[in-house]
Amino acid sequence: MAKIIVVTSGKGGVGKTTTSASFATGLAARGKKTVVIDFDVGLRNLDLIMGCERRVVFDFVNVIQGEANLRQALIKDKNNENLSILAASQTRDKDALSEEGVEKVLNDLAKEFDYIVCDSPAGIERGAHLAMYFADEALVVTNPEVSSVRDSDRVLGLLSSKTHKSEKGEGRVREHLVLTRYNPVRVEKGEMLSVKDVQDILAIPLLGVIPEASAVLTASNSGAPVILDQNNEAGQAYDDLVARFLGEDRPHRFVEVQKKGFLSKLFGG
Amino acid sequence: MDLLGWFKSKKAPTANTARDRLMMVVAIQRDQDGRRTTTGNGGAVSYLPALREELLAVVRKYVSVPDSAVKVDVQKEAGLEVLEMNITLPERT
Ligand SMILES: Nc1ncnc2c1ncn2[C@@H]1O[C@H](COP(=O)(O)OP(=O)(O)O)[C@@H](O)[C@H]1O
Ligand SMILES: [Mg+2]
Repeated sequence: MAKIIVVTSGKGGVGKTTTSASFATGLAARGKKTVVIDFDVGLRNLDLIMGCERRVVFDFVNVIQGEANLRQALIKDKNNENLSILAASQTRDKDALSEEGVEKVLNDLAKEFDYIVCDSPAGIERGAHLAMYFADEALVVTNPEVSSVRDSDRVLGLLSSKTHKSEKGEGRVREHLVLTRYNPVRVEKGEMLSVKDVQDILAIPLLGVIPEASAVLTASNSGAPVILDQNNEAGQAYDDLVARFLGEDRPHRFVEVQKKGFLSKLFGG
Repeated sequence: MDLLGWFKSKKAPTANTARDRLMMVVAIQRDQDGRRTTTGNGGAVSYLPALREELLAVVRKYVSVPDSAVKVDVQKEAGLEVLEMNITLPERT
């Protein structure tokens, strides 16, 4: 049975697309047949982060409206044959996504893939609603910052009431906290909410903490998800996150201030 | 020149303020949605953490106590929800 996972947050710019790209890439690297869908109709971006923007011919809305079939619209990742991308449409028609249309596409994808990752748009309107509606699990992406945490809590409320699972009484969407853009130095100074603060408030299990890292920008510049950069902390943190999601027990790294050793001080490591 | 004032004006850490404010808005939000927190203690009332924080602040106006001094809990008794509070005062010396 394919698993549908929504990457959601309420607030924009917190790292949903970055997380979707690395999460999907990491699942595929572990041999899972994975497809990642951009639900951000009108603001297509996942293709850029995945580095396949020049190969988008048909998109999600084309498939829903019967203008193309899935085989034509799915873009195979250039590095991993287990991974496919379904781009968002750039249409300005807000109602381009219908519940029945989304359901049909997800059902068709479920026949072929192990994991379907849905990159949600910001907000709590139609696009965000449909991205989460059919989910089995949710990665709730949050920054250690008041407005992001509050919005994540709103989204938790929607996950527990406005999803197929909850409406049909088929149990709960399994929620995972992904805390991104974390800066342990600022936390230690008391300037930033800590992992524990956010966990206390949102009260859902922690899947991963991704540190604030300049490599994320570098990765998006070159169109290679940051998880592929295993020399970097953010890349390593995403790798841990995927391993944990698949049931491995890995300690959380990058949540404490790294005490620099003499040598790394000397050489600026 | 007020050197001391200059040193003191170094900003106080704001993460705690952020946490307290969030606990409040989240508690209200959850009540409005008719949601309960599902923390480890299983279906506790959502505003409990915020209530506890505020009680602690009030107690601390009069005595200095550790974080653990205030305990709040909701018990179900014969269909009634009972709010139970325990405030441990420090021993007098
Ligand atoms: N861990 C991180 N460290 C530094 N910058 C990050 C990190 N995660 C995301 N960003 C940056 O934040 C911005 C928003 O990220 P994005 O994934 O597009 O968010 P969303 O999809 O939630 O709107 C981008 O510029 C991205 O490069
Ligand atoms: Mg995005």
